[in-house]
Amino acid sequence: MEDILIQILNGLDKGGAYALIALGLTLTFGTLGVVNFAHGALFMLGAFCAVSTHKLLTLSVKVRDESITYFEAYKEQPYLEIWWGDTGTAIIDYAVPISILVTIPIMLIIGVVMERGLIQRFYKREHADQILVTFGLAIVIQELIRTFYGANPIPTAAPDIVSGSAAIGAFFGLSENLVYPWWRLIYLAFAGVIITAVFSFLKFTTYGMVVRAGMSDRDTVGLLGIDIGRRFTTVFGLAAIVTGLAGAMYVPILPPDYHMGMDFLVLSFVVVVVGGMGSLGGAVAAGFLLGLLQSFASMNEVKAIIPGIDQIIIYLVAIIILLVRPRGLMGREGVMDD
Amino acid sequence: MKDDKDNKKKWSRRDILKASVALGAAGATPAFFMKDAWAENAIGNYPVKGKTLTLGFNVPQTGAYADEGADELRAFKLAVKHLNGEGKDDGMLSTMKPLALTGNGVLGKKVTYVTGDTQTKSDAARASAKRMIEKDKVLMISGGSSSGVAIAVQGLCQEAGVIFMAGLTHSNDTTGKDKRRYGFRHFFNAKMSGSALGPILKKEMGTERKAYHLTADYTWGWTQEESMRETTEALGWKTVKAVKTPVGAGDFSQYITPILNSGADTLILNHYGKDMINSLTQAVQFGLRDKQVNGKNFEIIVPLFSRLMAQGAGDNIKGILGSTNWNWALKDAGSQAFVKSFGAEYGAPPSMAAHTCYVQTLLYADACERAGTFYPPKVIRALEGFKFDGMGNGATEYRAEDHQCFKDVLVVRGKENPSSQFDLLEIVQEVPRSQVEYDAKIFGGDLGPYKG
Repeated sequence: MEDILIQILNGLDKGGAYALIALGLTLTFGTLGVVNFAHGALFMLGAFCAVSTHKLLTLSVKVRDESITYFEAYKEQPYLEIWWGDTGTAIIDYAVPISILVTIPIMLIIGVVMERGLIQRFYKREHADQILVTFGLAIVIQELIRTFYGANPIPTAAPDIVSGSAAIGAFFGLSENLVYPWWRLIYLAFAGVIITAVFSFLKFTTYGMVVRAGMSDRDTVGLLGIDIGRRFTTVFGLAAIVTGLAGAMYVPILPPDYHMGMDFLVLSFVVVVVGGMGSLGGAVAAGFLLGLLQSFASMNEVKAIIPGIDQIIIYLVAIIILLVRPRGLMGREGVMDD
Repeated sequence: MKDDKDNKKKWSRRDILKASVALGAAGATPAFFMKDAWAENAIGNYPVKGKTLTLGFNVPQTGAYADEGADELRAFKLAVKHLNGEGKDDGMLSTMKPLALTGNGVLGKKVTYVTGDTQTKSDAARASAKRMIEKDKVLMISGGSSSGVAIAVQGLCQEAGVIFMAGLTHSNDTTGKDKRRYGFRHFFNAKMSGSALGPILKKEMGTERKAYHLTADYTWGWTQEESMRETTEALGWKTVKAVKTPVGAGDFSQYITPILNSGADTLILNHYGKDMINSLTQAVQFGLRDKQVNGKNFEIIVPLFSRLMAQGAGDNIKGILGSTNWNWALKDAGSQAFVKSFGAEYGAPPSMAAHTCYVQTLLYADACERAGTFYPPKVIRALEGFKFDGMGNGATEYRAEDHQCFKDVLVVRGKENPSSQFDLLEIVQEVPRSQVEYDAKIFGGDLGPYKG
């Protein structure tokens, strides 16, 4: 029982990350019709917003280790700790949550610049051209990050207070072995909040309603005198923020490196395809579904029956869905049908 | 005219018989005793044309191990400087014993190099090595940060008749079932890691443990798991489960959650690089190190440690036991000479990958000097069974049977209170070479012929 419960939690936690990334990708595709292969890079850039925030907060005085004479060995003491003592230490400890405030404007700017500066020039081009240019952009971004941050993953911890595990089993009167990392639970809740916020924005605001109208019929909305292009630029910025936040909050779970965007790119496309290209609800549902399936497929009992299933389950499901229902679980009619 | 004709020696029956016997005897004489039996025919890129000797340094310049590759490249460049007598000092040339090198190139030729990018992919590494052999005419290839790559390039070098001095490769297979006559490994291996760790695990964790393995699903991971199981089961530990994980899985949580309820009290992470960083980080997040199971503190072991990787794991590495080939904090003269030289050149200490690449380059060059030729079969013979010291791991021997170097191995632990940004691992014990030696026959394999 505990094993099942923990795999459900694990699946939801994974699904939260998949859903957030896929949500951003679907927003881009649904509004602009662009297949954005640089989407993974946005996730990685978000993660590096958190890393940079941490680096900024830990700018330090270097105290030389005099016992080492062959090279410059030093211990660092952050200025914040020198100036503000325990308060400074606490601020550094909360670098990742604080980075949310930094990530939002930076990702908005990156999103808008990316859309206005490059992607808008490819709206009327073939999907193959869009894929090539966005994939090229992704490589440029990741190599820039590698140049500045190196190839090794950079550890950035969650605040101390949530660095351990929550004793969920003990809380519910089950086994004490049923524990789950606090930060992953926070990530799951965070994903829920962001998904709800995006849906509320699109559903309950006039701006959102116009965007949805534009997604359904861009030409008609344009004929009504609405500058839908400008709103779509904003939506691209919003997609960048959602994806960037997903990356920033993921940093304590997975120490980021320059390649993490590529690692998530294929997966996010699979989620979107399974959910249905252009369907926001489908992306979220598929994210959680695939997270759960991946988690259960990794159980030793399941692998004993079908060895290696953990490594192929996501792609297997994608193949089946595409065969049975080419437009995906909740795909709109006409999208990807031809 | 007549006299001349009569005087002309005619072949008698006796002469023919003598000649036949002489020819037969010559034919029956073992080639070993004959002049030019080891005639230096063209092999690979031998003979060397021109006044320079070109070496090929094939390292990961992109991909997950790019930082490690960059450090390897720094070490190679430093080695070339020292070989040509162009360094700020002589590095390990001042400590290596015996030493045939003079710091004036190799056999009178200046050493130059070309570089390639393995991308830590076997096919890319082979393509890069092939280019070095065919276009750049290199005589020796070195480098790499993966056993998969090392085995692939080693096989190519055997076919091409070019010596391969492996960089960082820890799989037993490199000098085991996949060993090659043209391949040499200075780095230690998984079997040696297990042998070095065994007594310390017994001392610190006892003999009644239940171990759970997470293993990278490729040649290195398999042999690492096999060696650690052999070691721990010999101690009396039970293996609860050994689970293969895909390389580059990223999020290992779905593999960690089953451990919580498995009854295991020890997790052995047969992961390296980014996988090790991620799985260790996540294992700590899942509270494994805070758990008590079977009345014991839950422990995590990382059999292969690297300082560069320890940086990526941050505080999670603290207190974790593992093994390593070499560490810059070693106090022997060879290590100190290398650290001083590398530090002066680059402002940072060398990694264990850098150390092994530097040593490999010097060993190859020294073997050429001792052989008096670049002819690969003779250089191979000069390396086989070569005993040396002053290169950082005590008295060392390149075992002739499998081309594996035998030397002291370090057992290390993630340092609780680092004194600097480089001071991440503390040396628990320098395990003597005698403790990590094993019979070359146990892994099988065949070195193959000397002539390509």
